[in-house]
Amino acid sequence: MHINALDRYQTGESLIHHLDPRVKVVVTVLFILSNVLLPDGAWLAFALAWGLILFISLLARLGLGYTFKRSFVALPFALAAVTVIFSLPGEPLVAWDIGPWHMVATDAGVVRFVSIVIRTWLSVQMAILLTATTRFPDLLHALHHLHVPQLLVAIISFMYRYLFVLTDEAMRLLRAREARSARLAEGGGSGSLAWRARVTGNMVGQLFLRSYERSDRVYNAMLARGYTGQFLTINPHVMRGLDWMIGVAAVIVLLLLQAIGRMALL
Amino acid sequence: MHYVSPTYYLSGVTTPPGLHIPDGFLSLPIALLCWALAIGLLAVAVRQTQNTLGERQIPLMGVMAAFIFAAQMINFPVAGGTSGHLLGGALAAIVLGPWAGMLVMASVIVVQGLLFQDGGLLVMGANILNMGLLTVLIGYGLYRGVARQSQGVRLGMAGIAAWLSVMAGALATSLELWLSGTSALRVVVPAMLGVHAFIGIGEALITVAALAFIIQTRPDLLEAPDKARNGRGWVAAGLIVALVVVFLAPFASANPDGLERVAIDMGFIERGTDAPYQILPGYTIPLLGDTGLSTVLAGAAGVLAVAALTVITVRLLRRPAKSTPQ
Repeated sequence: MHINALDRYQTGESLIHHLDPRVKVVVTVLFILSNVLLPDGAWLAFALAWGLILFISLLARLGLGYTFKRSFVALPFALAAVTVIFSLPGEPLVAWDIGPWHMVATDAGVVRFVSIVIRTWLSVQMAILLTATTRFPDLLHALHHLHVPQLLVAIISFMYRYLFVLTDEAMRLLRAREARSARLAEGGGSGSLAWRARVTGNMVGQLFLRSYERSDRVYNAMLARGYTGQFLTINPHVMRGLDWMIGVAAVIVLLLLQAIGRMALL
Repeated sequence: MHYVSPTYYLSGVTTPPGLHIPDGFLSLPIALLCWALAIGLLAVAVRQTQNTLGERQIPLMGVMAAFIFAAQMINFPVAGGTSGHLLGGALAAIVLGPWAGMLVMASVIVVQGLLFQDGGLLVMGANILNMGLLTVLIGYGLYRGVARQSQGVRLGMAGIAAWLSVMAGALATSLELWLSGTSALRVVVPAMLGVHAFIGIGEALITVAALAFIIQTRPDLLEAPDKARNGRGWVAAGLIVALVVVFLAPFASANPDGLERVAIDMGFIERGTDAPYQILPGYTIPLLGDTGLSTVLAGAAGVLAVAALTVITVRLLRRPAKSTPQ
């Protein structure tokens, strides 16, 4: 698997792509924070927040559907919030009797549930925009400038570098297991659970040893090239006037969103 | 899993479902509280790691983080279309030690959130705490407690620790969801713990088998970590977290009203957020009645059952492994 599998869109040329990664990280987190702070049922503010996402997608030349198509990652988790429909006190809407359970859906519960799902869906889309317009090494530099400990940033950089190598390694192990596992047409013949678990555990152990020994070789190769424990960069990441302007503008837009979201409920 | 397409592992569906909390599901106070706890522990981990390990450890921990990420994709069919796979916290803690294990697991969760949108950004502190820190605490603490025992005991304890670490993550996740007003306590705790009791068995089996493989192939890797230092503190910390899980989980499932009263008294949630609907009316444990003792007994029985299961599987796993190395 090639590293380009993730970086296809990150090399684009646009205002958003060239924005300082610090601004993008901070604005993304503030946007998510703003979603969480918007009260339940602030539909207008939610709609405007989605408009903001579409606007940024256009600026970044990604197309309107880009984030939408990728935004279903978090959807299965919505299941965790379903109970809120029946647990919030409010005007009853529908009542079901399922076996011994008497469940009453309330209007406040439905509003809370839909609001939670919308907040998540908006936040995921903004995070997708951040990832799609920023190269991961730049993202890590931003984390460094934002005072994430250097050790953690260094570990994550290494992880990113070897993620694809080891993922391929894991794929090879899976393919090898597939290749040596004959299966009867009508199913069965796949061994006991303990046996299957042992084979899988051996694969994980094998992957661990290969990774461990690889890290040894990586370290020696780095020493040979003059590694002293410090990472150097040729990209200075200086905040330009434009970066400041866009950052301030984004904060103002988010404050307006909050005002609109709160006003609508008053 | 027959064929895994690149989109499968790019889509981020790599870990047991239900533990990567997305943004929007936790309230701001809970998200910030979890961040504070996570940052506190990680800050200590960074300092400890910088003091005790050289720069040699940076590539090791980075590659190990990539290993955990990749290992989470290796799965095996269990039954009915479900598959068992690894979360990895206990395994990372046992092979890398606690501080490095925490940093590695935190890095995995950061990358999953930033790169794959698997887990949110504002709630990343909670995800790091649930899957990266609690799992490592339990995994390392319990394993450390039996570090001088025979190999069978060590592997058995590793299995128990792996199972408990998944349960700890599930319990923490459901409590956070409940305190945020997202889920009803009496549903989310039994549901999450029920699902993860099974996922945890997969975790335990893979962890034990992987450790057995590593012990056979490179025993030096597991003997080496720091000998006597701070052992007791870790054992105590691991035991405390494990005991909290063992006692709080059945208590929360069997007696949600009691827990809710505690939370209301302590000011965590407002009165009446979890109100007058009736799922499982008159919830009691069959045959045991509705006393505090019965829930504790049920918890202890559950742990004993898992311990017995683990011991049996360890026997099953170890015997053939000697004659036919994979």
